[in-house]
Amino acid sequence: MTRELDSYLRMDKFPHMWCPGCGNGIVLRSLLQAINELELDQDRTVIVGGIGCSSRAVGYLDFNTLHTTHGRALAYATGIKLARPELNVIVITGDGDATAIGGNHFIHAARRNIDLTVLLFNNNIYGMTGGQYSPLTPANSKATTAPYGTIEPSFDISELARSAGASYVGRGTTYHTGLLKGLIKSGIENKGFSLVEAVAACPTAFGRRNKMKGGADMIMWQKENAVNIKKAAQMSPEELEGKIVVGELHKQEAPEYTAMYDNLIARVMQQAGGGSVTPLKGN
Amino acid sequence: MGSNRELRLSGTGGQGLILAGIIIADAAIRDGKNSIQSQSYGPEARGGASKAEVIINDDEIDYPKVSHPDVLLVMSQEASDKYAADLEKGGIVIADSSYVENLPEVEGAVYNLPISVTAREQVGREMVANVVALGAMARITGIVTREALTDALLSRIPPGTEELNRRALDLGWQMAEKALH
Amino acid sequence: MSNVLEMGRLMQGNEAVAEGALAAGVRFFAGYPITPSTEIAEIMSNKLPQVGGKFIQMEDEIASIAAIIGASLAGLKSLTATSGPGFSLMQENLGFAAMAEVPCVIVNVQRSGPSTGMPTAPAQGDVMQSRWGTHGDHPVIVLSPSSVREAYDLAVKSVNLAEEYRVPVILLLDEVVGHLREKVVLPAQEQIDVLNRQGPETPPESFIPYTSGAKGVPPMANFGDGYRHHVTGLAHDETGAPNNSPVVAEELIHRLHNKISDNLADIIIDDSRFLDDAEIIVLAYGSTARSARHAVKEARRQGLKAGLYRPLTLWPFPEQKVLEIAKKAKTIIVPEMNMGQYRLEVERVVGKHCQVKGVNRVHGELIKPGEIYDTILEVV
Repeated sequence: MTRELDSYLRMDKFPHMWCPGCGNGIVLRSLLQAINELELDQDRTVIVGGIGCSSRAVGYLDFNTLHTTHGRALAYATGIKLARPELNVIVITGDGDATAIGGNHFIHAARRNIDLTVLLFNNNIYGMTGGQYSPLTPANSKATTAPYGTIEPSFDISELARSAGASYVGRGTTYHTGLLKGLIKSGIENKGFSLVEAVAACPTAFGRRNKMKGGADMIMWQKENAVNIKKAAQMSPEELEGKIVVGELHKQEAPEYTAMYDNLIARVMQQAGGGSVTPLKGN
Repeated sequence: MGSNRELRLSGTGGQGLILAGIIIADAAIRDGKNSIQSQSYGPEARGGASKAEVIINDDEIDYPKVSHPDVLLVMSQEASDKYAADLEKGGIVIADSSYVENLPEVEGAVYNLPISVTAREQVGREMVANVVALGAMARITGIVTREALTDALLSRIPPGTEELNRRALDLGWQMAEKALH
Repeated sequence: MSNVLEMGRLMQGNEAVAEGALAAGVRFFAGYPITPSTEIAEIMSNKLPQVGGKFIQMEDEIASIAAIIGASLAGLKSLTATSGPGFSLMQENLGFAAMAEVPCVIVNVQRSGPSTGMPTAPAQGDVMQSRWGTHGDHPVIVLSPSSVREAYDLAVKSVNLAEEYRVPVILLLDEVVGHLREKVVLPAQEQIDVLNRQGPETPPESFIPYTSGAKGVPPMANFGDGYRHHVTGLAHDETGAPNNSPVVAEELIHRLHNKISDNLADIIIDDSRFLDDAEIIVLAYGSTARSARHAVKEARRQGLKAGLYRPLTLWPFPEQKVLEIAKKAKTIIVPEMNMGQYRLEVERVVGKHCQVKGVNRVHGELIKPGEIYDTILEVV
């Protein structure tokens, strides 16, 4: 039985802090729809955020919520999940939070294939601090710290997650909300590290400096530039230049970290029962 | 402080001196005494110079480091050059003659013993030179009992090497016995 | 725990920390290798799975403290261990634990600094950092052992204080105590006082996560136990919701401090020798206190009225006790393997009651008893 989405929100914390035209609310709605359809128990679900506009979402969500330090959400989440593997642990993060200051935690959480679902709100900019460029800001974009345009290439964070060891990777946009909800659902269902990248507009800090008019126009840009992974397979790299490939980008069964640790405990305890645990070395 | 004994075991990394220090300290506890063991760490402990220090006392041990050892074991030329001068007046130096060719002058008793050669030739493994040294040191200094030393040794070696180690300890003991008489 | 031996045995300081933590109920460790603390991680990786606990080697020290905070929020008593450079990296999240009131223990086996310094040489240069390392006014408890047995006892105490006061506790060793092996007789498990965090007494509907309970400490609900709530490093009101009101922020910071300063009798542990008639008092902590004890005994043998005061709780600073001894003493000597970090605090408290003199070495070796004894002779 699905419920009203309001029942997953701390309604007394509204109005939210996001700007008019911001895509974060749309991504949040897709997340709640996914949670609703999966009928996750709010008491058994932990949602962890880092620092940034998107990470503030955790304050509005009626779950066990943790608003951590900048970039470290995945490290906190790793502790929670390893301590209590039976809990659903979802991480909300932004492009700067996850891929710059938190980049190392990101690749290592993916490498361990620990059962966390990362919902990365990619608005291509540091919004909360007013529009500085992030590792996901496209080259040649303007930002308050790139007044002459960015000269750094950007990450393809989905590709990075896949090569680091994530067992599920998907990308959606705030235009393709049905797709996004489905990807989040699959990510949560996957027993392992899942990345769902949600392309979301930041008209305030990114759009207006980069000749994009407002939130609605930026959503239309997403519509026009998104290419489904199936269609993308038929296209040449030249044709894909400047496009966003969306859909389920990667899915592979792989051993999950906390399950492997539980197996390790069982093995060690069995040996201990037999009296053959390796004694501590004297040196 | 009359019962206080301070030992320094020195040589090169890989000679098992830190383990030897731990075994003596452990044996002293088995003899009902207090003991403390410290060592040099880091790159030194992985090769190059190595030293372990042990203090044995009937009472509380405060300062845990050894400045002037009563008993000094040197198992390399470098260690003997570096530490011989630190010996407490009237102390004992046990030098592994397999590696120490020129022991600097010391004001104390000197025992030149072929520790590593004996381990290599009579046990077949130079790896147990530290245990040969332990046997010799215990016999010469009387710092720990043979029983306690044997128990401490057997509790800290890999299973299956008991006979090898017992033999090494005994060779060290006999070697010292000969030197004393 | 089956490993607590009743007989005396030779044990290393770092090993005693691990054993004490396990005996106090620690079931989660996250860490990153760094000399001279690594033995603690190695032992925990071996022993935790034997008791159903969890060990993880994280990608760095920032992640290590983050993971133990996460695990603690999920209900497990948690520990990490590091040394200077790693401790520096942990500071931001240490502040998070203080602000969000998450019980956890951080072991810092001090080595010589600044920066990479002398990686295996002892120092006591992190005394001020352990108090003020993270930004902002924050409460913290710091304990420092002088022996292997104390490393064990204070590991237990650190876990207990963290759980009872919902505060990060720093167990501050130095390399000498961390690596020293000495004879210890450990208490049996049933003799050890193990404290657990106070859980909520109200049903979830009426649970207010940051409202004062016993001793000013809010009862703590673990994630997953039915008490959904929000935890943040932002200034927050009693519900845990972010709040920028000056009134709310000030009340919060005061409450965080008061839960420590109102319970000093519980938190401050110290030890002394020959204080009754002492005119010259050596105030020392960590391994330096061993040299100090040696020097004071020697002074007594020579008929000098010397005494030893040894704070085991470095922070909060034992002000009352120090003031009390200052009123009777002519001189307080503070030997430290740093440039005089704790001496500054002693001077602040002592004021004009007596003279304060430091014995300070930063050469990477333990201060010798003779150096302290000579200073005693100097001030007689």
